[in-house]
Amino acid sequence: MNVLEVRDLRVEFPTHRGVLTALDNVSLSIRPGEILGVVGESGAGKSMTGLAVQGLLEPPGRIASGSVTLNGRRIDTLSDREMTRIRGREIGAIFQDPLTSLNPLFTVGAQLVETIRQHLPMSASAARARAVELLAEVGIPAPSERVDHYPHQFSGGMRQRVVIALALAARPSLIIADEPTTALDVSIQAQITALLRRLCAEHGSAVMLVTHDMGVIAETADRVAVMYAGRLIEIGEVAQVTRDPQHPYTQGLMGSIPALGARVPRLEQIDGSMPRLNAIPPGCAFNPRCPQAGPRCRRERPELFTAGAEKAACWLLEGGTA
Amino acid sequence: MLVFILKRLVNAVFVMMAVAFLAFAIFQVAGDPVEMLANEQMSQVDRDALRDRMGLNDPMPVQFMRFVGNAMQGDFGMSYRNNQDVIGLIAERFPATMELVLVATLISLVVGIPLGILTAIGRGRWYAEGLQFLSIIGVSLPSFVVGIMLILVFSVILGWSPSFGRGEVVDFGWWSTGLLTPSGRAALVLPAISLSLYQITLIMRLVRAEMLEVLRTDFIKFARARGIPRHRIWFRHALRNCLMPVVTMTAMNVGALIAFALITETVFQWPGMGMLFIQAVTFLDFPVMAAYLVIISFIFVVLNTMVDISYAIIDPRLRSAR
Ligand SMILES: Nc1ncnc2c1ncn2[C@@H]1O[C@H](COP(=O)(O)OP(=O)(O)OP(=O)(O)O)[C@@H](O)[C@H]1O
Ligand code: SF4
Ligand SMILES: [Mg+2]
Repeated sequence: MNVLEVRDLRVEFPTHRGVLTALDNVSLSIRPGEILGVVGESGAGKSMTGLAVQGLLEPPGRIASGSVTLNGRRIDTLSDREMTRIRGREIGAIFQDPLTSLNPLFTVGAQLVETIRQHLPMSASAARARAVELLAEVGIPAPSERVDHYPHQFSGGMRQRVVIALALAARPSLIIADEPTTALDVSIQAQITALLRRLCAEHGSAVMLVTHDMGVIAETADRVAVMYAGRLIEIGEVAQVTRDPQHPYTQGLMGSIPALGARVPRLEQIDGSMPRLNAIPPGCAFNPRCPQAGPRCRRERPELFTAGAEKAACWLLEGGTA
Repeated sequence: MLVFILKRLVNAVFVMMAVAFLAFAIFQVAGDPVEMLANEQMSQVDRDALRDRMGLNDPMPVQFMRFVGNAMQGDFGMSYRNNQDVIGLIAERFPATMELVLVATLISLVVGIPLGILTAIGRGRWYAEGLQFLSIIGVSLPSFVVGIMLILVFSVILGWSPSFGRGEVVDFGWWSTGLLTPSGRAALVLPAISLSLYQITLIMRLVRAEMLEVLRTDFIKFARARGIPRHRIWFRHALRNCLMPVVTMTAMNVGALIAFALITETVFQWPGMGMLFIQAVTFLDFPVMAAYLVIISFIFVVLNTMVDISYAIIDPRLRSAR
């Protein structure tokens, strides 16, 4: 059974100038212990997907249709109170900026103990011992002293380790890591990614890893999902997608990576930029920039078509021509 | 840090000198003090002797320095009205004003903070918007109107509480308190409510604004993602981060309340410093007016300086830089 199963997810933001569709037709799944990388340009909807899964969409944003299933249980229909019991317990989260993720007025120990006791039936002293263990596990030196320190007494990299400890505190089966290294110094990014991969392997947690860094995807992820303008356009095994991308957008993405470890730049090879949510063209959202676009691409929207072990949303995969 | 404190102190001294100059100037425009003190039968020789004894023939700067020197020792001369020590008159009235102000401050915190939280977390709901609307009225109602309405309803119509005076008081050394007798407490209720109303709306609006600000921060979102329940996020994580500005504003406003108390004291015939000042104005009792001005300003300046300095001490960045 998949840990996470997202089906045809559609997220809308009603505004006074009409309804914005932030996510449309997003379907993806993650198996136990698997790491799914999610890539795409800024504004493609990567964070939004993670938030929708966690039930953390900012009102008035809402899931308009589709479903989210966690370990066989449908969770997109749960109340916020019920989701509170799932967040932190079954889904751990890691945010982008460790400098702002922790409450400055509480020690890291207090925040760990709070999270542990929220989800697990433990005495205060047992939770504290567990907090020290967790800090040791994420590689913080002298954890029994550090547990009583405030966030501002840690460096950025150390703070992200604390955030990882918080995400893992209740041994969730799914971790959603939204650009966990983007805000960090380049020299420690690799360490943090490696730590995350090792811990999730040890705990058997599945991971949804949002990143801009195709190098991280290549090194860390098992499968990769590519997003564009709020839609999932390609998903498949990392090796396959990087070697033989099916969607013209992904081909452009891969073409723009000079070497492993390089960040995804704006797509210089492909003219133009991703459309805004209120100006997504009809048909295939990518058609104004696509070198292979045909008349059908401007009229009809492509489904995810299966191409070998991968799927991509492009008319080329259906009949060979667009 | 030390430089900062020194700067603040120098600043405070300058402000006090300016105030002292103003107070001193009152005497210069007020007319001849000798005429005020002298009685009809006094001969010109006696008057000249008195003028000389009071140092009124000295050059202006010398007179000013003497005024400052005396004021620093708490010597503001004799009241024109009843030949009592001015400082003694003020000391007699000081406890009444302070008790009124402190109780009003307490009320404004106890009522204002929960209202602020309520209007922040219920934003958009009818009760929150209603309270927000009422607070606008609260800010714009002149405090004498509030006082008179309270007297009308609770003293005149309902007869629940006295409409003037301080009730029975108990003396502790030079401090007299009305808090220990039933009549003293009853007499305090209406003036304190009347004085606190404006302050309640200020605190409510400040807490609301701060709460809304804090609730948008990453660490609150991360706390939600960790599965911390709402009430805990509001009252533990968010509120704590709002309290600092509330405490500083409250401390600074004690000075303002002492000054505002003048109106409340007049309406309720409360025997405090404000009443003393109003009486001094009607009797052209310039030494009392000058002393009131200097002492009120002194309290203002001391509070502001203390708040500024404590802000710097509490700010963690300054704290760890030490
Ligand atoms: N509260 C909101 N109301 C309306 N639109 C929103 C709101 N929040 C986000 N969006 C839009 O939703 C889209 C998806 O945003 P999202 O944050 O998921 O992008 P992302 O892929 O994570 O980008 P980045 O790489 O910059 O983090 C963006 O176009 C954004 O402008
Ligand atoms: S559907 Fe058409 S426009 Fe879209 S990517 Fe495929 S070829 Fe290009
Ligand atoms: Mg994002």
